[in-house]
Amino acid sequence: MASIVSYGSYIPRFRVEGGEISRVWGRDLRVGVMTKAIPGPDEDTITMATESARNCLRSVDLDLGKVRALYIGSESHPYAVKPSGTVVAEALGITPDLYMADLEFACKAGSTAIIICSSQVDSGLIEYGLAIGADKAQSSTVDELEFATGSGAASFLIGKKGIVDIESMKSYTTDTPDFWRRDVQKYPSHGGRFTGEPAYFRHVTECAELLMSTMGTEAKDFKYAVFHQPNLKFPSSVGKKLGFKEEQLRPGLLVPEIGNAYAASSLLGLTAALDASEPGDRVLLVSYGSGAGSDAFQLYVNDEIVKFREVKNSRGIRNTSSYIEEKEVLDYSIYAKYSGRYRI
Amino acid sequence: MVGPSRIWREAPSRYRFLGNRCTVCEEVYFPPRQICPKCRRASIGRMEPIQLSGNGEVVTYTVVYDPAVGHELLTPYILAIVKLDEGPRVTSQIVGAGLSEIMIGSRVKTVLRKLREEKGGGEDGGSGDGSGVITYGYKFVLDGQS
Repeated sequence: MASIVSYGSYIPRFRVEGGEISRVWGRDLRVGVMTKAIPGPDEDTITMATESARNCLRSVDLDLGKVRALYIGSESHPYAVKPSGTVVAEALGITPDLYMADLEFACKAGSTAIIICSSQVDSGLIEYGLAIGADKAQSSTVDELEFATGSGAASFLIGKKGIVDIESMKSYTTDTPDFWRRDVQKYPSHGGRFTGEPAYFRHVTECAELLMSTMGTEAKDFKYAVFHQPNLKFPSSVGKKLGFKEEQLRPGLLVPEIGNAYAASSLLGLTAALDASEPGDRVLLVSYGSGAGSDAFQLYVNDEIVKFREVKNSRGIRNTSSYIEEKEVLDYSIYAKYSGRYRI
Repeated sequence: MVGPSRIWREAPSRYRFLGNRCTVCEEVYFPPRQICPKCRRASIGRMEPIQLSGNGEVVTYTVVYDPAVGHELLTPYILAIVKLDEGPRVTSQIVGAGLSEIMIGSRVKTVLRKLREEKGGGEDGGSGDGSGVITYGYKFVLDGQS
């Protein structure tokens, strides 16, 4: 199967603390998110996707003309009609001989982009494809979501031979209305407790088990596991249920520091887990998108990651932990301004 | 109002710092020019595109407290003249840096950001009413960020 040739991440530098949101509204609806990442007022899904993709492409020496597909998964494409990917592709200089589409499947649209790119590589249609998950996560005020939603982007260059082999992938899909945003609505709505057992837990668990039973693997065969992270409890619980230990989850569990970056959530977790991986490690990735579905991947980190990391470091390309560490904490009023909550 | 045709025309330079060079005198231009103002007629047909690095150095800067229309959410913001490593100078915002972090001589690198959002009906406006076209383009961050 195809392989991850390179990856890059981007997390905006601004943060707001859960305690600050709680102070303003007089309610504490924190769900294990200590700080959430906030984009500047001039940042959106397109700009964050571009920055993560630039980090991804700068980490390898590649004729950009060979990148012939680009798919961006997001819940916050700036336009309802007009693709985000055209701007990103133009900014990367990979147009016009290009397969391109914006994807939407709530928080799993980015991992679905990996499936499409891998399939196109495996079929021989393209040599390289770029899969991106990016979101400027929306949430209404005084809602659990406001305490949890973050922002960021992660990009993966998929090709035949790379640094992380995709050994297997599975998707699990049902019609489960746990979280939605209707046309022209600014913020999403959700089904409260219904987002748990019948939605997140069913899809993530079933999809992971389907993958592992097909491959004959168990939790102990993986160095790390990364699950979609809408809050701290869900990925921790599902990991435990599937037999993973805390140390297998910790490197890819970013939600306490950056919040739920929707379509970038599990993919940013994967970049952090890969940053910590060594040759020979296996990594499990399971995304979740409301509506609902999960994508699961069994990944094998091969020897090439050592050379990749040397090149990346020598070029000063930042890893995910560097983005998490560099932050500027905002008070609620500036966060509200940056989030477009004031009418000017 | 900035029309879609202008955004489209300027995209290669605004999105990815595509400049050009006079192959007669080797002067580099950004944004790209039709002819070299030094070599004039001799440069016709001899200007070639060049991909600029997007890296440079702050020549001078100011802090804007009375914003241009459409920049209210960013105020106060840093507006700088940046000398690109290839030679040309550009005027642009420095973002993601505190007012005390920026200095003359600071090394900077380019990032893609939203430049403005057009309101519907041809009027420039604040954070936009959500109906107009969005213009993207380069800004700078301190080197080591982004």
